[in-house]
Amino acid sequence: MKKLSKSTVSNIITYGIVIIAFIICQAMLSAGAMTRSLRGQLIPICVYIVMAVSLNLTVGVSGELSLGHAGFMSVGAFSGIVASAWLASAFHLENTVVRLILSMIIGGIFAGFAGVIIGIPVLRLQGDYLAIVTLAFGEIIRNVLNCLYISVDGRALHIAFSNPNIPGTVILNGPAGAVGVSKIATFPMAFALILFTLMVVLNLIHSRSGRAIMAIRDSRIAAESVGINITKYKMMAFVTSAVLAGMAGSLYGLNYSTVTASKFKFDTSILVLVFVVLGGIGNIRGSIIAAALLTVLPELLRAFSDYRMLIYAIVLILVMLATNSPVIRSMFDRMTYRRRPGLPEEKQKGGAAE
Amino acid sequence: MTLFLSYLINGISLGSVYAIIALGYTMVYGIAKMLNFAHGDVIMVGAYISFCAMQYLGLPAIVCILMSMAVCTILGILIEGLAYKPLRQAPSLAVLITAIGVSYFLQNMALLIWGSNPKSFASVVRVGSLSLFQGKLLISGETIVTVLANIVIMIALTLFTGKTKVGKAMRAVSEDKGAAELMGINVNATISMTFAIGSALAAIAGVLLCSAYPTLQPTTGSMPGIKAFTAAVFGGIGSIPGAMIGGILLGVIEILGKAYISTELGDAFVFAVLIVVLLVKPTGLLGKKVHEKV
Amino acid sequence: MTQSVKRYNQNIRMVPAPSHGIIPERDLNAAPVLEARHLGIEFGGLKAVEDFNLIIGKTEIAGLIGPNGAGKTTVFNLLTKVYQPTMGTVMINGHDTAGMNTVQANKLGIARTFQNIRLFGNMSVEENVRIGLHNQIKYGMFTGILRLPNYWKEEKRQHERALELLSIFDMQDMASVQAGSLPYGAQRRLEIVRALATNPSLLLLDEPAAGMNPHETEELMANIMKIRDQFQIAILLIEHDMNLVMGICEGICVLNYGRIIAKGTADEIQSNPTVIEAYLGKKKEG
Repeated sequence: MKKLSKSTVSNIITYGIVIIAFIICQAMLSAGAMTRSLRGQLIPICVYIVMAVSLNLTVGVSGELSLGHAGFMSVGAFSGIVASAWLASAFHLENTVVRLILSMIIGGIFAGFAGVIIGIPVLRLQGDYLAIVTLAFGEIIRNVLNCLYISVDGRALHIAFSNPNIPGTVILNGPAGAVGVSKIATFPMAFALILFTLMVVLNLIHSRSGRAIMAIRDSRIAAESVGINITKYKMMAFVTSAVLAGMAGSLYGLNYSTVTASKFKFDTSILVLVFVVLGGIGNIRGSIIAAALLTVLPELLRAFSDYRMLIYAIVLILVMLATNSPVIRSMFDRMTYRRRPGLPEEKQKGGAAE
Repeated sequence: MTLFLSYLINGISLGSVYAIIALGYTMVYGIAKMLNFAHGDVIMVGAYISFCAMQYLGLPAIVCILMSMAVCTILGILIEGLAYKPLRQAPSLAVLITAIGVSYFLQNMALLIWGSNPKSFASVVRVGSLSLFQGKLLISGETIVTVLANIVIMIALTLFTGKTKVGKAMRAVSEDKGAAELMGINVNATISMTFAIGSALAAIAGVLLCSAYPTLQPTTGSMPGIKAFTAAVFGGIGSIPGAMIGGILLGVIEILGKAYISTELGDAFVFAVLIVVLLVKPTGLLGKKVHEKV
Repeated sequence: MTQSVKRYNQNIRMVPAPSHGIIPERDLNAAPVLEARHLGIEFGGLKAVEDFNLIIGKTEIAGLIGPNGAGKTTVFNLLTKVYQPTMGTVMINGHDTAGMNTVQANKLGIARTFQNIRLFGNMSVEENVRIGLHNQIKYGMFTGILRLPNYWKEEKRQHERALELLSIFDMQDMASVQAGSLPYGAQRRLEIVRALATNPSLLLLDEPAAGMNPHETEELMANIMKIRDQFQIAILLIEHDMNLVMGICEGICVLNYGRIIAKGTADEIQSNPTVIEAYLGKKKEG
């Protein structure tokens, strides 16, 4: 039998963790051993896992700091909600599974489209400037969605801007958000989306395109010198990430009866970024674990009610200090030395340049 | 016409507040090369301190401001020393997340201490408003004080960084930390100093902001913080005059956009202008272009 | 640097300057690989490189030398289109590169290494070479994500080719080592392999022997010759180690203050008074 490569083993472990976690959750659900609040958290946890993994593609694999990931999530959520309502009204599509899948695909397409539009200007910039522009785009998307009114009337879709007077059943009601959404998101489907995301991201990383993306991250100049088209591969990572975030957004939107754009604020982008960083930049499995734990953590801290967000903040700072402070880090490295993909080290200073 | 002028003046006033906050961002970025996301929350703390000093202690306005400056200065030095200093060598993302952690921490501390109910902030400004064109154009005392404060701060900072020893040390550290250290400059002290100044400015900004927009709650600082950060980038992050110009332009664009285009889309308009500027000048209006050596 | 100047000094034979300015006629084996004409670049009024003319024939090994700050790396950056020249033209394999970027220049057949090593340090040695093979491998994003048959076929081909290329420097055993953790000399060699992987017809080496000990340098010289013979490519190298330059370069071009001050064979360069002056300074009068 052929010996499996290190990365294949690592991937199998990642898939294994997700599948086992799903089976445990399903078992607990059928045994009724899960609290109500935790049950309500299942789909959001899956959504945040997909968000974190997809953001890791931009931040960890492609090396571009994005502060507007929630923007793509909101595009996906609202286009998914509209698509679902429209499919139900126009084609009397009663099968919720098919409708959910189609809505997620449509949400992904719209978010990917937004990714292309945003990516063209954004990817010309570098570093913190890129970060601020993604932030700006996230805010613009939210602002625009706040002014959008969409209704469905049979097969017709009415779209209006800053004008609430439209015929038919209102789906999107400006600042009030999406109303009367049919909650068709299911936990198995959320699980399937995680698997899909993992397949896309992990397979991409271990392919020709993924290596090109990581090459650009490590050294843009060297990547160009071996004939890698920088814009194409940066765009590929960015748009793929946006599509996945859009699909996650659709699922998230279709899990609530009302959804407002304020759910996808800057804070949400930051939250997802925190998952990525705490899980280890470039480390997909880490993103999954961090997203799951940190989504549950505030729930577990519910007993401390008022103090829970404060504790969350302190935990966040302490973890960052513990994992990055040189003293603790060297200790940690000695204990568990292993190779993992990460961001390039700070550029060497004062290299013998001519 | 007078309506336009009054919008313009409101814009300059709001922009002046952004500019003062942006100075803090830009100075810290220039020297520590980090985005201090907690800066916006220092503003909020500054405003609360001033609020308490006035409301509960009944101190005169100027004392309130000085007090909140003192508290914020100490807060800034503490944040830097406890949270950022151990991460000097860490990747910039780790520092960013820590800053976000500090921001959450400050917001939730404020929530615990002062509660979530908005406080109505009594203006610290004792200057009367100015009436022009037979009362058609009214310039509030807050506006006058804010704009004046902005000008004074700008001049003081320019002189400080240009003429004083500490100011020169700050510029040296921002150019090249290693070289500055070799020249005998205490880099850590210089960075602390920068945080101290930035935070003191944040306190002033907080008081001025809440004098003009008198609702104070734990999240008061976050949106102006983001806008000021945008302003700093807009003007070219790391550049002091850039922060000033960026702040004022952003304020004017925001007010005019809200007045003439759409109230709901005012913020979107601000960010759209930012994106256009960065596309034309990728390092902001006054930012330096950095060449990577091959 | 001081050491190499000393060594260079010993080799100089004091004879009157012969031909000056042209590479002697050789069999260039049809069309030249590289043809730079009146190449120049200005940085804010400063002429970093000026009127640079160079022709390199197929399978020729040429050297570019000059004191520090003479503009050698800038020439490399001009040839690989990292900088757009403000004057003159660069032809690669007979194609004008005007308006092209680095990627297009690479596809025309020019590959390079860097003075300050630029490996993909977080990736393995093999992955670095695989990235070099990027344009030799044909399958798209979706084939990769869906792992269609073509993916497996091409990955296998890429793996085999990468090991084959690594074997030039006997590095196939290090294939799974992280590139950033390699010793310095091995990193330089890996950069050469990565550049070779792009299937160039002209390889530019920027100080390939920097930081190597004399033994490693000897080996490198043999390997450069081997690469030339095996791959039938032309090589242009910047190097301060005069033993290496004089030992393997068929033509040498000397640059000072952005201008070519001499061209010729090793013997001609060593006896050229202008070159001696550029390196050692002018003799005091009287």
